[in-house]
Amino acid sequence: MTDIAAPAPHHAARFQPAATERPAVRVLLTVVALAFLGLFLVLPLVSVFYEALSAGFGAFVKALGGRETASAIELTLLVAAISVPANLVFGLTASWAIAKFEFRGKSLLITLIDLPFSVSPVTAGLIYVLMFGAQGYLGPLLAEHGIKVIFAVPGIVLATIFVTFPFIARELIPIMQAQGTQDEEAALSLGASGWQTFFRVTLPNVKWALLYGVLLCNARAMGEFGAVSVVSGHIRGKTNTMPLQVEILYNEYMYRAAFAVASLLALLALVTLIVKSILEWRYADEIAATRRH
Amino acid sequence: MNALTPLEAETSIALGAPVDVTIDAVAKDFGDSPALFGVSLDVRAGELVALLGPSGSGKTTLLRILAGLEAPSAGRVLFGGEDALGLPVQDRNIGFVFQHYALFRHMTVFDNIAFGLTVRPRASRPAKAEIRRRVLHLLNLVQLTGLEKRYPTQLSGGQRQRVALARALAIEPRLLLLDEPFGALDAQVRKDLRRWLREIHDRTGHTTFFVTHDQEEALELADRVVVMSKGRIEQVGSADDIYDRPASPFVFSFIGESTLLPVVIEGGAVTFGGDPTGLDVNKTERREAVLGFRPHDVTLVEDDAPAIRGRIVATRRHGGRRRLELQVGPDHLRAEIDVEVGDEQPLGTLVGFRPQRWRIFPA
Repeated sequence: MTDIAAPAPHHAARFQPAATERPAVRVLLTVVALAFLGLFLVLPLVSVFYEALSAGFGAFVKALGGRETASAIELTLLVAAISVPANLVFGLTASWAIAKFEFRGKSLLITLIDLPFSVSPVTAGLIYVLMFGAQGYLGPLLAEHGIKVIFAVPGIVLATIFVTFPFIARELIPIMQAQGTQDEEAALSLGASGWQTFFRVTLPNVKWALLYGVLLCNARAMGEFGAVSVVSGHIRGKTNTMPLQVEILYNEYMYRAAFAVASLLALLALVTLIVKSILEWRYADEIAATRRH
Repeated sequence: MNALTPLEAETSIALGAPVDVTIDAVAKDFGDSPALFGVSLDVRAGELVALLGPSGSGKTTLLRILAGLEAPSAGRVLFGGEDALGLPVQDRNIGFVFQHYALFRHMTVFDNIAFGLTVRPRASRPAKAEIRRRVLHLLNLVQLTGLEKRYPTQLSGGQRQRVALARALAIEPRLLLLDEPFGALDAQVRKDLRRWLREIHDRTGHTTFFVTHDQEEALELADRVVVMSKGRIEQVGSADDIYDRPASPFVFSFIGESTLLPVVIEGGAVTFGGDPTGLDVNKTERREAVLGFRPHDVTLVEDDAPAIRGRIVATRRHGGRRRLELQVGPDHLRAEIDVEVGDEQPLGTLVGFRPQRWRIFPA
């Protein structure tokens, strides 16, 4: 940039590129941003791991080995294993419909997809209690058939799906809209069937956005507290997920165990970010290529 | 990009037999706004046809209807005498080259070209070695040999265009459709590619339609030019027909540079703004009409003989001559004429001229 914009020497003192701040301002802004991040993000994260490991690695493993904690980890994995694929299918179909077709009610659909972002998770949980609870609309009918949703695993899965469903769709919609339908039309004109077009053209075109969406969706599915807390009923060893288990342990003054479980969740967040960064770094060219058109 | 060299004589390519195309009263509405009003056109097998018109003329819509990417609201389309509208896009066997090429970004050049062959059902899919042979053959035809492992983003615009063409030819189409094939290219690349596409067409013999808004491209490349405006065909003809015998004021003004002036025909003479122009026609009854002429087809009239007169409001250099912009008639209409460099006069001068070649259209 400098070799293009370099002004004649005697102008140098007065020359000030429009979009460049003075050095002092730059340093100040950077320091403020870093201090803020350090205080509110890095410090808590470090202290979680510090507390979890303060009595040594053996104690850490022991704290995680409790029957109830193990069951909470299992349940969390199960819930994520169901809700992430469900949202994968939903996110793909919704963004496909929004990006590739014109239809009435399209903007309503886009607004609805954002609803879970704007509704408090507690409210989301209560909606499910109202629908499927013992006093709810469908609760008695389900009870007759021996199906228990609220205070059971199905309720937790439903609440998690609700809370996490914008993540994949939101990643896909803009990129699919930007790419348009020409690639699909080209594939069809070359004789490809609808499925071949989807699997060989549409899906590869959005795979990185899809992967980001899945990572974010998974992190949120495992970490969701509010909505799950309302529908779970906190039955120990049965309907507690990891975030709920952290709260229980904490309320019972079992700090080390609470921090041990919390550190696993923090680790999940870190791994998610690291994988995301590695993908961005490793496949930067390809990602840029799929966004360009 | 590599320079485009003339095709070698032995370069040949397998193809689906080219077909006649009949377009019969095809209409298309998008919601309330009509895009095509009952368009009809017959095209012989192997013909190279340009659909020429400004944006919004319906040319791309017509092309997409032929491909099966749009369904017409009314009318028939026949390929080789058989109904084509009943066939879904996959079964029409058409090579479509998109305006922005629509190459598959995540596939190499090789995989892009092979795509149409690899998606065929197992029974009709060529063997791997055969697919490879055909792709390499097509790469040779479009003069991109050696680039089969590249990705589309690693190619220049002209190279991408040629990959898109090879990909469309790979399925041995009955019909080749190109949407603004040179629209996104530099002027020089465009010229090379144009000449080269003509050669490919002559070699392969596909019935070919291409859409363009560039008259020069259409007139130079096509056997026949279809001029479209506002969802209708204005004229179909050879470059000479279109240029020398325009069927409507629209065609006259769209093709080449021109001035159109409202005139009155009275007693066999053409009058403009009440004054005789010195032009005669063999019609006697009085009627209003439109006079059309081109800037280079006029001569200056020095004396007081009948002529169109106007004041010079602007001059600019135009190729080897100088173009004068005149205000003519009582309504201060604009007319453009070319004069020899050296004949120029100061702005504001009143000059008279008379078209040497001109056309009268009904008002």
